[in-house]
Amino acid sequence: MSTAILEAEAPPAVTVTPTAPARHTRGHGLTRSVGRLVRRSAAVVLFLLLWEYGTQYLLDPARKVFLPPLHEVLRAWWGLAESGQLQQHVAASLTRSAVGFSLAVVAGIALGLVVAWYDGLREFLTPLLEAFRNTAALALLPVFVLLLGIGETSKISIVAYASFFPVLLNTIAGVRTVDPLLVRAARSLGLGSLALFQKVVLPSAVPTIFTGVRMAGTSSILVLIAAEMVGAKAGLGYLIVNAQSSFQIPDMYAGILTVSVFGLLVNTVLVRLERHFSRWRVAAAAR
Amino acid sequence: MSAHIELRGVSKEFALRPTRDQPQARTLVALEDVSLEVPRGEFLTLVGPSGSGKTTLLDLLGGLSRPSRGSVLVDGEEVTGPGLDRGIVFQQYALFPWRTTLANVTFGLEQQGLGRRERVERARENLALVGLEGFEDRYPHELSGGMKQRVAIARSLAYQPGILLMDEPFAALDAQTREQLQDELLRIWRATGTTVVFITHGIEEAVYLGQRVAVLSSRPGRLKALVDIDLGDRAATTDLRSDPRFVHYRHEVWELLHDEVRRAQDAGHLKIQPDGTERAA
Repeated sequence: MSTAILEAEAPPAVTVTPTAPARHTRGHGLTRSVGRLVRRSAAVVLFLLLWEYGTQYLLDPARKVFLPPLHEVLRAWWGLAESGQLQQHVAASLTRSAVGFSLAVVAGIALGLVVAWYDGLREFLTPLLEAFRNTAALALLPVFVLLLGIGETSKISIVAYASFFPVLLNTIAGVRTVDPLLVRAARSLGLGSLALFQKVVLPSAVPTIFTGVRMAGTSSILVLIAAEMVGAKAGLGYLIVNAQSSFQIPDMYAGILTVSVFGLLVNTVLVRLERHFSRWRVAAAAR
Repeated sequence: MSAHIELRGVSKEFALRPTRDQPQARTLVALEDVSLEVPRGEFLTLVGPSGSGKTTLLDLLGGLSRPSRGSVLVDGEEVTGPGLDRGIVFQQYALFPWRTTLANVTFGLEQQGLGRRERVERARENLALVGLEGFEDRYPHELSGGMKQRVAIARSLAYQPGILLMDEPFAALDAQTREQLQDELLRIWRATGTTVVFITHGIEEAVYLGQRVAVLSSRPGRLKALVDIDLGDRAATTDLRSDPRFVHYRHEVWELLHDEVRRAQDAGHLKIQPDGTERAA
């Protein structure tokens, strides 16, 4: 889960003069980045080629219907996009995950800060939170449907529920693991409890909190798609299941492809955010 | 000269949590009946074997803990908590890693309620004082150990405390950087006239820096001796450390400390952790 953190390069330690790290010449840098791009995308390209040609030449013809080559899937995807159906499904899914995710982030951080700050409350709540966290969110999907119906409310709720725990637990962990030396230093500077929290505890917890936010983003999509498969009138999960049951196999793959791109995009944005907020910690750990 | 800092019969006891090796809860006397006066503007160094309560004493002066008996006075007033009239420099720098060099130095100033422009100006001045001009926008992880400790010193100097408390500030640095910072500290001390209490386990460092060296005994920490250091005109001697007077003082302090160190080792003294357990120092 922490590959993003490890990948970030630590800036070089400065020893003598405050000069910026030397930049590569433009031509040289271009070659390098092209080379890196090729290395990084090789596996994906190979996979897509296997999909395209393997399905046509290696697969037993009876199975070909269930696994059409890539170009057919892309054609179906284009068809869905042209008719506007795809956008509609994406919009439905995006709205649900965004609303649920935002609710979870706000609630998770707020509750996490409170729980972490008050020892008694933490002791009291931890066993219950552990129990909830270790219950797969999807196992509770029937409960959500029974209580909240099959409309938007239940779907947003289960997304919020699934995203809530990573944020909450990481917020608690972030606040708990603040370096005691920094607290001592801040106290010696005469900071009271509130200022200590605001100026030392919170900033030092931010990277850990954002790791939780990123994990929450991943699980929000995961749970949403599953929820849409069970009962919905729109959304990417619905698109996939509906295409399957009406035997429009290329459409189904178009839906799956969209989910994977959607997930990748969300994750990329969140990893960027996390990295931005963790810059100081990344390098501090690599010291 | 009036005493800037005064310790009157200060004792400090800790309740040690029971552990597997020591199933019985015990009280540990870290400091016993320490009385000491530090005049305004003095550079006092404090040496003692591990477990002699050096850090405990510094915590008491900093107001981070209260004495079990006796009292700690600064400017004739009893110390009841931390305050901006005393600055602490820790061995492990304790810089806020998410703040730039400049923002680390302004941290204490924010507590004073200074305006933004004045804070930045004061921080820049103090960074210049410790020789870190041009590093204002660096983050701590981009700095070497010696530079980090310079930032920490600048942070403490910035809010102009009358007293600078230093807890083995140069112990984690390499020998060359240490000597360099020792000289800079002396320069800064002369320039600012701050009262300095400097804890170290290095005898040479204690003699080199201090006007007086206070020697603590092994646990329970008592004040064993106070040695006045008179090295004459420092500027006149190029290699102070090989000056006969320096060698003499170093030997004197070494003799005082020698037995205490052995006693501490025989007793296997450990450092008391904040959670009330003991661990190797």
